[in-house]
Amino acid sequence: MTELTNLTVAQIRDGHRAGDFSAIEVAEAFNANVAGAKALNAFIVETPDHALAAAKAADADRAAGTLKPLSGVPIGMKDLFCTNGVQTTAASHMLEGFVPRYESTVSQKLWDAGCGMLGKLNLDQFAMGSSNETSYFGNVISPWKRNDGGNAALAPGGSSGGSSSAIAARLCPAATGTDTGGSIRQPAAFTGISGIKPTYGRCSRWGIVAFASSLDQAGPMARDVKDCAIMLENMAGFDPKDATSLDMAVPNWEAALSSDLKGKTVGIPKEYRLEGIDSDIDAMWDAGIAMLKDAGAEVVEISLPHTKYALPAYYIIAPAEASSNLARYDGVRYGLRDLPQGAGLQDMYAATRADGFGPEVKRRIMIGTYVLSAGFYDAYYTQAQKVRTLIARDFEQAFASCDVILAPTAPSAAFGLGEKTADPLAMYLNDVFAVPASLAGLPAMSVPAALNREGLPLGLQIIGKAFDEQGVLNAGLAIEERAGFTARAEKWW
Amino acid sequence: MSDYRIKGETGEWEVVIGLEVHAQVTSNAKLFSGAATAFGAEPNTQVSLVDAAMPGMLPVPNRECIRQAVRTGMAIEAEINKWSRFDRKNYFYADLPQGYQISQLYHPLVGEGSLTIAADEKAGIPSDKVIGIERIHVEQDAGKLMHDQHPTMSYVDLNRSGVALMEIVSRPDMRSPAEAGAYVRKLRSILRYVGSCDGNMEEGSMRADVNVSVRKPGDEFGTRTETKNVNSVRFVMAVIEGEAKRQVELIESGGSVVQETRLYDPDRNETRSMRSKEDAHDYRYFPDPDLLPLILDDAFLTECRASLPELPDAKRARYLAEGISAYNADVLTAEVEVARWFDALLEAGAKPVAAANWVTSELFGALNRLGRDISDSPVSPAQAAELLGLVADGTISGTIAKAVFEKMLESGDAAGVIVDREGLKQTSDTGAIEAEIAKVLAANGDKVAQYKGGKEALFGFFVGQTMKAMQGKANPQVVNELLKKALG
Repeated sequence: MTELTNLTVAQIRDGHRAGDFSAIEVAEAFNANVAGAKALNAFIVETPDHALAAAKAADADRAAGTLKPLSGVPIGMKDLFCTNGVQTTAASHMLEGFVPRYESTVSQKLWDAGCGMLGKLNLDQFAMGSSNETSYFGNVISPWKRNDGGNAALAPGGSSGGSSSAIAARLCPAATGTDTGGSIRQPAAFTGISGIKPTYGRCSRWGIVAFASSLDQAGPMARDVKDCAIMLENMAGFDPKDATSLDMAVPNWEAALSSDLKGKTVGIPKEYRLEGIDSDIDAMWDAGIAMLKDAGAEVVEISLPHTKYALPAYYIIAPAEASSNLARYDGVRYGLRDLPQGAGLQDMYAATRADGFGPEVKRRIMIGTYVLSAGFYDAYYTQAQKVRTLIARDFEQAFASCDVILAPTAPSAAFGLGEKTADPLAMYLNDVFAVPASLAGLPAMSVPAALNREGLPLGLQIIGKAFDEQGVLNAGLAIEERAGFTARAEKWW
Repeated sequence: MSDYRIKGETGEWEVVIGLEVHAQVTSNAKLFSGAATAFGAEPNTQVSLVDAAMPGMLPVPNRECIRQAVRTGMAIEAEINKWSRFDRKNYFYADLPQGYQISQLYHPLVGEGSLTIAADEKAGIPSDKVIGIERIHVEQDAGKLMHDQHPTMSYVDLNRSGVALMEIVSRPDMRSPAEAGAYVRKLRSILRYVGSCDGNMEEGSMRADVNVSVRKPGDEFGTRTETKNVNSVRFVMAVIEGEAKRQVELIESGGSVVQETRLYDPDRNETRSMRSKEDAHDYRYFPDPDLLPLILDDAFLTECRASLPELPDAKRARYLAEGISAYNADVLTAEVEVARWFDALLEAGAKPVAAANWVTSELFGALNRLGRDISDSPVSPAQAAELLGLVADGTISGTIAKAVFEKMLESGDAAGVIVDREGLKQTSDTGAIEAEIAKVLAANGDKVAQYKGGKEALFGFFVGQTMKAMQGKANPQVVNELLKKALG
């Protein structure tokens, strides 16, 4: 029998349904992998009992003939989703020890669908980062190594780096991620897995620790496109508790998967051809274009003229919202409280927030506070919002002549831990291809497409029209089938 | 025009007043959460996860709160903005769990409107005056700090946190404490008619920020100060009086008014500085990204308008048209409970003028004596209508009616029952009355002589004596006629 931890979500679901194995066996196999992979530091909290309890219920449901859509499938939960009775930290000291008495809508949907939880996955602190190095609980390490014989520890991407690393290392078949400016897609690309950020509003934000409300969007990360479709179907849906939630039926994405792209047009944005970019990235992109043509699609060049303003606009809007969203962590009601002897309220705020937030979080709070202050608001925030509107219009105009857009996910393969921490701007540049779709609220996914010359995975990004996750998934599937990406990290942990 | 002036050493000063009234929206749930809003509940028992700003919690607008604000806007004949938006006002304080208040700075729900304060000669308001209202926006209330629970710590009660407020911002159109007082009373009256706020200032469900400046008549506006959270009409007027005097004295002694926020101390009847403009917070307002713009459709607006009751001005006009005196019309329309009671009385068949006189004198007198509100009047409008009906059709006299009313208050019995039981029906039996008149005139021969000698005022005396002899049951008109004949 195949090793259970090598199975995809679909294979686990179907195999369990067919009686090939029990859910308990699956849960135990993944629990063992999790327990044996401390070196990756992918989990902040492990919850083997949660996974086993769900597995037991799945087996009972199978016996009773009451199987649920994801019965028997254990998953990882990014530690940004509040989980009832299980510590939820957003990888921060501020929320260390915080145990919510409520369950996020997305995680609740997954439990209702029959999933079990293997643990809470590490991430960049408050989802701010592109390498997982801002976690208070230590950085996650990618299971991948360069083929140069060196042993450099590589970044799993961020902020959903625990999710990407755990899936790539077979610690879980799928996991939740959140994407504010690439936090699902970039780590997926760095670790050779798939991930989709749906249209803004598809997944409820209720119970997800907020970073930047107008951009935050949950989505699944998994090993292939089909698993992404299955997971997303069980995460998405209208939630009256989130005023920005989309009041639309959730399509049956899995059933409608098709890699036949005849009659479809793929747009190639000329502004994404960056001067001096890694030639492996360009080569992968060209190969991707060929694959989609092979799948029957017509390929056209398109223009997204405001692309170069996307990153600066993002790094104004996201910190602005974050500076306000994170004001609630003040030491008054929950989480860390640092109350020096004889301190007053202001001293408590200062001490608590100085101690509870890491340097990157503080940097963004300061940027956000600055751009919203009197006298600077119009120059920064108002301008950035105008740019955001223009970027959304760029996409709208481009989609008049194409159905999906193909681009690289990130400008490079995974970099070494510590390589970019000294230069925040270099780190921010990693989001250059991911951020425009976030600003426009569009569905976008990353699928593994090639290995670079160092033997590291590279991802291709497909951006779709609003609400057209199906078009994105189908193009992703066409690439997946043709790229034949089967490489995996050799176990060293 | 108001002639209210502060007399300073350099001449007369005019006072310019604008009010920002915060009115708590009457609704069972908070503005963005499902938590309850009852006043006086145990601390922290009306707090949802959203109100406590737990991680990942999101606000969802409460339709009823929006509806009440829109209805209020319609009641002041304001422009209703079909597209409005919520903004975050960011500042740190222990009673503000989110670290920001959700409010509406840039695009309020309700735009330009107005209300009219009635002429009141005695108060120095010579004629009706229209006061402009700049806007109404909705926002969250904060919680409350309690400093008296522990020797070294402050406690936080979040029951009020997230409760919906309407901020009703007037134009700087008022020129005297009396006008400001009349404005607050009129606004409160409208809010109560609409049912969008209970107007209880002592419970904090309505409070005013008072903006005051002074100028020489005809000059430009002076620099204003804002006194926060003033919670009674009397205090609003006291703040204006005191603050205007303070400003005049300050300017005349060579100083200048600084734009600042002040606090009122009712015990000392004075305001003191809280913070100046320079120390003012930078609230870093920006659109709340958790909320979509608020878009109102026509069906919603139509329902809001259709659900509005008859408002005080319209009601007053109707009463005047029915012949009720201006004074009575004012008294009857000022409070919605009184107006509702009076309308029920009219509906039960009472004649408007007589009913108005009876309510403002007899009923109010009785309620006053009993220390009760009209909402728990011991006599119902239907019972009162029966009593007034007996007077109108001549069954009893006005004097007897007073006695019957007293008995109604004591026994709770219906007027007709009391009149029958006690034999109080008035008589028009001319024979019986003539007999008593003859006795009265015979017993007061001297007065008859004086009357005939020209002292006509004595006529009332004979009427009184005859009524007394008839135990009040004689029809006064018949008594009058027969007396005239007998004395003629």
